[in-house]
This record gives sequence, structure tokens and C-alpha cells, in this order.
Amino acid sequence: MTAPLDQLVRQHWWAAVATVCRLTGDLDAAEDAVQDACVAALERWPTAGVPDNALGWLIGVARHKALDRLRREANRGAKEAAAMREISESEDVSPRATDPLGLMFLCCHPALDVSARVALTLRSVCGESTAEIAAAFLVPEETMAKRLVRAKAKIREARIPFRIPNEAELPERLGAVLRVIYLLFTEGHMASRGEALVRGELCDRAIALARGVARLLPDAPEAAGLLALLLLTDARRAARTDDVGGLVLLEDQDRTRWDQDMIAEGEAVLEEALRRGRPGRYQLHAAIAACHSTSASADGTDWRQIALLYGELVRYEPTPVVEANRAVAVAMAEGPAAGLVILDALAHHPQLRRWAQLYIARAELLRRLGRDEEATEAYGSALELEPAPASRSFIARRLRELGGCGN
Amino acid sequence: MKYMLLLNRTADALPAPGTPELKRIIQEYGAAVEAMGQAGVLIDCAPLAALSSTTTVRVREGETIVTDGPSAEIKEQLGGYSIIECADLDEALKWAAAIPAARDASVEIRPIVAMPAPA
Repeated sequence: MTAPLDQLVRQHWWAAVATVCRLTGDLDAAEDAVQDACVAALERWPTAGVPDNALGWLIGVARHKALDRLRREANRGAKEAAAMREISESEDVSPRATDPLGLMFLCCHPALDVSARVALTLRSVCGESTAEIAAAFLVPEETMAKRLVRAKAKIREARIPFRIPNEAELPERLGAVLRVIYLLFTEGHMASRGEALVRGELCDRAIALARGVARLLPDAPEAAGLLALLLLTDARRAARTDDVGGLVLLEDQDRTRWDQDMIAEGEAVLEEALRRGRPGRYQLHAAIAACHSTSASADGTDWRQIALLYGELVRYEPTPVVEANRAVAVAMAEGPAAGLVILDALAHHPQLRRWAQLYIARAELLRRLGRDEEATEAYGSALELEPAPASRSFIARRLRELGGCGN
Repeated sequence: MKYMLLLNRTADALPAPGTPELKRIIQEYGAAVEAMGQAGVLIDCAPLAALSSTTTVRVREGETIVTDGPSAEIKEQLGGYSIIECADLDEALKWAAAIPAARDASVEIRPIVAMPAPA
């Protein structure tokens, strides 16, 4: 019986922390108080039954606990107490519909360090413990605890507010929120640390957050665009790794193992977003992902359309990485030589010189052009940059095929 | 003509409240501040919060770019200061972005530690 109750508590965590944070003006106090309220709920609910308004119950209990802490600290004269808002017994403590969004904007405030934003979102919005977050990012628990403490101290000392940005600020501030969710997903989709290529639990968390934000901001097509992108990409999860955990390239994937329900949902979400006529980077990324998802085979992929979409994407995301991806699409649509022209123009870009993927892409095109010697050299350059283990074994396989000395 | 004295310190934060180190610092600064006050040169002074509490804003082609902390390279030097009082960091960011220095270089927003009035 504990598991469903645990899930019920977890399901209300985001909204409960958000409302208590708004009421107390202190994220740390809110988290501690909601944590205590959840423990109380798990003790009481199995015998007393789950209250009709479980969220209201959690907020009520948490508010009392937060009040106690605020009073204790005020009595001690702690300097933090000065920054906290006084909350009275009579104040309206009912949750507001905008609270969960306010918490998301607080945790993803651009004034916070990016890695701290991701960690804080997992802690405050998802209710993960410090130990769980540390394990997810493969850093010592102490390191993660320090990161969270530092971020919360900044929120308090610099007085980063709990509020919904106004219309003028929204695009930029929503961008910061979406970026945190995207980073979280990327870490799960192509883990930069550890031996596992895919860390599914991080992908799941990111999709749940994207779903939440898209629901809270139904008028923001980019929020829907991100959700669509994550669904369409994650639909390929089962096909992306082989039996020994190695990377399987998109073109080699068994497409019958793609999750058709997720693809259908992603396409529906994307279509709805595009209908608003306000495209953006996430909608375009999602549209590119959809081109792959709707193609029954790698050979049938509409690379011309993908190359066009990348051309459009460069306008919103003018980075050499996007240009490199466009080069690959052009190579598929018009032949490896055309793609190589674009890649060579990027070869000396300072931002890309340490990016193994560029050398891998270049090596692939050279190999297809039959320029084996140059391809071997490019694979070697990629290896020197110490890419993720899965990419390393992929390169080693290619080098063996080319008769090189890879192992 | 007024001057801002930029006070550096080796530790990122002030020592914890109640420690003898902080007491000693308060006494030393108290003496220095008192001397300036008696000489009639003191306009305003206060300790700054830890470096980790800083936010940087830049405006490039109309876009406001907000980042955590000061940039790693020390090419930019402090060129002036403005003390504003507002509700929260978002309001402070709005004012900081309107200062020309945000366009030309950057504006760092650093919270000021509130100190109790001397007894």
C-alpha cells in the first residue's frame, strides 16, 4: 500500500512546494516543510484515509511547519529571517493555479548557474533527494549538496523573486525554463558521464516537466514544441542502443522498435503548436525529429525537407552545431560532396574544434566518398577528443572496417 | 568628487556571525570608518555579499543576456557604481540593463549586506 501513497505524495510535491514557497518567500523553508508534511501524510493516511483535498492537506500542514521555523529563526535573530515574509494565521493559504509555474521560473532563473538550475529543478519541482540527484549526475553527494545550498543562498541573498514574468519578459524567461528541461533530457538521452549511453529516468523526468509546463502555458507554442521534440526523440529509445549498450545510428535503427504511441502524441502536440504560426527553435527541432519518425525506412527519409528545416533553424539558433547538422542533411539530400563543403567551412570554428561529432560527421562523408585515408585520419581526430564510450566503440568499428588500427 | 573604495578580501564570504574573526573585522572596519566619518569624507559604505551572489547582464542587439556570476576573464574592470533600492532581483535587472555600461561592457548586480546600526 505504501507505493501508491508515495506516488500520490510525489504527484502533489511540485504544487505544494510552489504554494508554500509563495506564502513564505523562502524556498528552503518550503521544501523542508513539504518534506515533513509528506512524512506526516505517509504516517497518517494509511489508517486515517486519504483526505479529499490531499494537496490542500499537505499545504496546510507544511505551512504550519514553515511558520514554526520562521518564528524560531526570527527569535534567534538569524539574518535570513529578515528576508522572509511574515505569514499570519489568517492569511489565505489556498493554492493558486499559477504557483507551480512560479516555482519553475524561480528554479530556472537566469541569474542562477545552469547546472544549479537543473539540480534545483530536480530537487524543488520533482522532489528528488540530494542523493538521487547526485547519483543521476554521477557527482559525490557532498558536491551536489553544496551546489544546491549555494543556489538557495543566492536566491535568498540576491532576493530572486517568486513571480510569473510579465508578457514582455516571458519569451526570454520561458526560454531559460525550456533550456533547463532540454538540458536534463539531453543528459539522459546522451549521457556525458558514466558508461551508460541512455539514462532513461532523466528522460522521463524531463518529459514530465515539459508536459507540466506546456499544460501551464497553453498559449506558448515553444513549450509545446519542446514537449513534442522530447516525445519524438525519446520514442526511439529502445532502438538507440544494441545488446551491449553501443550506439545504433538513426539510419541503422530497427524502426519497428520505435514507440508509435509517443510518436503519435508528439506529432499531435507539434501540429497544434505549429498552427499558431509562431515558430521557434524547439518547434523546428521537433519538426526535424518528426521527419525521421514518419519515415518507414532510413532510405525513405525526406532529407531535402530536413535540410530546409535546418536552414530555417539557423535563423533562431545561429550556431555552428546547427550548421554542421544542416551539412549532414544536405549530404544526404544532394550527396556527400555537397555536405563536405559546408563541414569544411566549419572546420576551423573555435567552438567546434573540440567537438568530436564534427570529426565523426566529416569522417562519415569522406568514407562515403571513398577517401578512406582522410576518413581514417578524421576518425582518429575524433578519438583524440575522447568522446563518450558508445561513440568510441562506433569509431573503433568504422576504423576496423577501413582496415585501420582501431581496436 | 566622490570615490568608491572597492574592498577586496581573500575569503569569498564574511566569517560567520558570532565568530571572533567577524568581531575583529567589525572593530577594524569600525575604526577605519569612524576615522573617515570624523574627517567628513564618508558618503556611504557597506560590506558586499559573497561573490557567488552576483549576476551579470549584457544587452546585445536588443537582447538582454543574464548570466550567473562575473565572467571568468578579468578583462573588465569596475568602472563605477550605482546604488538602487528595489523589491527584488528582477527589478534590479531591469534597471541594470538600462545602464549604458550593460551595452559597452557589463553591469554586475551585487546584493548589499544589511548591517545593524551601531549601538
